[in-house]
Amino acid sequence: MLLKGAEIFIKALKEQGVDTIFGYPGAVILPIYDELLKDDELKHILVRQESGAVHAAEGYAKSTGKVGVVLVTSGPGATNTVTGITDAMMDSIPVICFSGQVASNLIGNDAFQEADMIGITRPSTKHSYLIKDTKDLARIIHEAFYVATTGRPGPVLIDLPKDVLTGVAEYTPKIDIKHKTYNPKIIPDVDKIDEAIQLIKEAKAPIIYCGGGVLNSYAFKGGLKNSKTDSVELLKEFVKITNMPITLTLPALGCFDGEDEHFLGMCGMHGTYEANMAMHGCDLMICLGARFDDRVTSNIKGFSPNSKKIHIDIDKSSINKNIMVDVGIVGDAGEVLKELIKTGVKVNDYSDWWKRIETWRSMNCLRYKDSDEIIKPQKVIETLYELTKDKDTYIATEVGQHQMWTAQYYKFRKPLHFMTSCGLGTMGYGLPSSIGTLIADRTRTVILVAGDSSFQMNIQELGTVLQEQIPLKMIILNNHFMGMVKQHQDLFYQKRHASTKMDAQPDLMKIADAYNIKALSVKNPLELKDKMKEWLNHDGATLLNVMIDENEHVYPMIPAGQSHNTMLLGGLK
Amino acid sequence: MEIKSHTISILVDNEAGVLGRVVGLFSGRGYNIENLTVAVIDKEKGLSRITISTTGTDIIVEQIVAQIERIVPVHRVLNMTVNPPSVEREIALIKIICEPRLRNDALQIANAFRADKVDITNESCVFQVVGKPSKIDTFVELMKPLGLAEIDRSGLVALSRGTKVI
Ligand SMILES: Cc1ncc(C[n+]2csc(CCOP(=O)(O)OP(=O)(O)O)c2C)c(N)n1
Repeated sequence: MLLKGAEIFIKALKEQGVDTIFGYPGAVILPIYDELLKDDELKHILVRQESGAVHAAEGYAKSTGKVGVVLVTSGPGATNTVTGITDAMMDSIPVICFSGQVASNLIGNDAFQEADMIGITRPSTKHSYLIKDTKDLARIIHEAFYVATTGRPGPVLIDLPKDVLTGVAEYTPKIDIKHKTYNPKIIPDVDKIDEAIQLIKEAKAPIIYCGGGVLNSYAFKGGLKNSKTDSVELLKEFVKITNMPITLTLPALGCFDGEDEHFLGMCGMHGTYEANMAMHGCDLMICLGARFDDRVTSNIKGFSPNSKKIHIDIDKSSINKNIMVDVGIVGDAGEVLKELIKTGVKVNDYSDWWKRIETWRSMNCLRYKDSDEIIKPQKVIETLYELTKDKDTYIATEVGQHQMWTAQYYKFRKPLHFMTSCGLGTMGYGLPSSIGTLIADRTRTVILVAGDSSFQMNIQELGTVLQEQIPLKMIILNNHFMGMVKQHQDLFYQKRHASTKMDAQPDLMKIADAYNIKALSVKNPLELKDKMKEWLNHDGATLLNVMIDENEHVYPMIPAGQSHNTMLLGGLK
Repeated sequence: MEIKSHTISILVDNEAGVLGRVVGLFSGRGYNIENLTVAVIDKEKGLSRITISTTGTDIIVEQIVAQIERIVPVHRVLNMTVNPPSVEREIALIKIICEPRLRNDALQIANAFRADKVDITNESCVFQVVGKPSKIDTFVELMKPLGLAEIDRSGLVALSRGTKVI
């Protein structure tokens, strides 16, 4: 039976199990929107700006382990997605962005609202397709889902000229055949596993350093169909067998229980003292699905100088990219853990190593001086954890100090519960991504922790909250500053606060009110907890504006380019 | 570690934009391209072969190869500058415009290089020379004093020695 392109689009998405699309219409994409009207199963979430659609799709994908789908019009609608697509690329999130395009016969003519999206997004997509014929539409959509979720996940863009949507063709069902070119290695080589086991056998002071790859393995299994491999369970088992200390990168938080005694906290620029000292002082580093990003390694020359390194990654090009390693294992994190455990890791007695770690730990590097006069941001996150830890709570953040305090003081205990922009550090990510997380399941408790500046970067998405009537809980750590940048000015620019003071802050209470969102505010530390309870217990969308100490800094901190053993500890020393 | 020239062969699906993806990867990551050749090698299967020369240490080139392997429409990538080095050839067209008295010298050199005369007029001559790039370089050098007017070079093509294929 011949179907219109727009019908094929919807049929293909449904066959791929899509239930939600985040988008914003425009003239050339109307054939699809018109078709969506007839469909009750596919939900379309209307955002307020296209970048919000991509971040919402990221939150949806990150929290569900499903592909996030975005639908936008050509030209400005499409170019507005570029930041989100790049964000998804940096954090390996499977998002498929469908962009409308002018009719094929107009492409290249500088037609109204024409933008070369394939060209613009080439470096920030995993792959992209310009569809030229309706008969290719279904096949390419199916292929895009395969590409987005297989190997190292990532964003895919599909450019849809208007005539492709109005033309007709036979539908091509999804088939599971081997892709003709893209078949990444998921199962590791046995001899590499043996080499790793040998290094583990010799180690006296090992550390496990995990990145977002573990969560991607948990959510997408490298793209292996019907795989039951559970990387999070396997990681837990591996730590239990080996008794090794473990540290996580920002995107990995939640892949290992944040309350477990083996967990040293996050590593890197704002990681804990014990995690960074252990990374520096270990004799074996087992890097699992992380990429030795400069926020983790800082100065490469001084990075973990005396350790052997095993690097496990599904992306071969991550291995030996930043740091030369002794054993590189290409494969899915879960599959590699399974092999390591099955082959039998021999471990040593690490009690001396743990003793050293305990001395570092006893520094209590996240300790801070609380106050009765002014609210300390650390206290807010601690209280948030205390009040929500017994519930299944999803946390999203914006970018800045509040993000780091959340990473440090909130104990993530479960996978896929923390939505934050890591590789790109995109302000404006948090609000839409928290919306996507809540849209994925409206019964979830979803909390957005935002800074006052980031919150304003995609503040228009409050309109989406209003339209969808979702009970999003927003908390603003309000310091009237771009706090994180101010911190750099305080430390490295002799407190010259060029353009970082948010002098003209709108009345957030009135803004919330305008969107029919209940707003609360608190300034007095003694009222903090009660206000937070009230905020959390309210049924609908609620915003809590917390006036915090604007002079607080995030510590520990490794200044960019320095080594791990030169951490700044703030007032503690 | 030693920085040297490497030749990389890439077998790709001949689809729109694939060359842009490969070349964009080089510019985006700051690798240089010294030489680039691309042509369809199998019309039926829609395959093209790209040959790129770049300079770098072995580690960097290994990284480049891994990066290229990630590109979706890429079938195979092979570093050709390994042991034994691959067969590498280039073709060049070289135009000489000179007085008749120098012409004989030019023809003699061309003979020694087994260059074909593909176009001849009273004032000019176009030679076609095939070989390793270094041979072409030498040919060009020798032709400079003899009225060298224009050069076009095809860029490298390369195949592994023996039974090895991409
Ligand atoms: C889109 C974008 N622009 C600029 C930056 C640089 N930047 C990083 S953190 C930050 C300040 C964030 O301020 P706020 O949201 O108030 O959070 P705080 O640091 O105060 O907690 C800025 C401007 C960025 N990360 N993203």
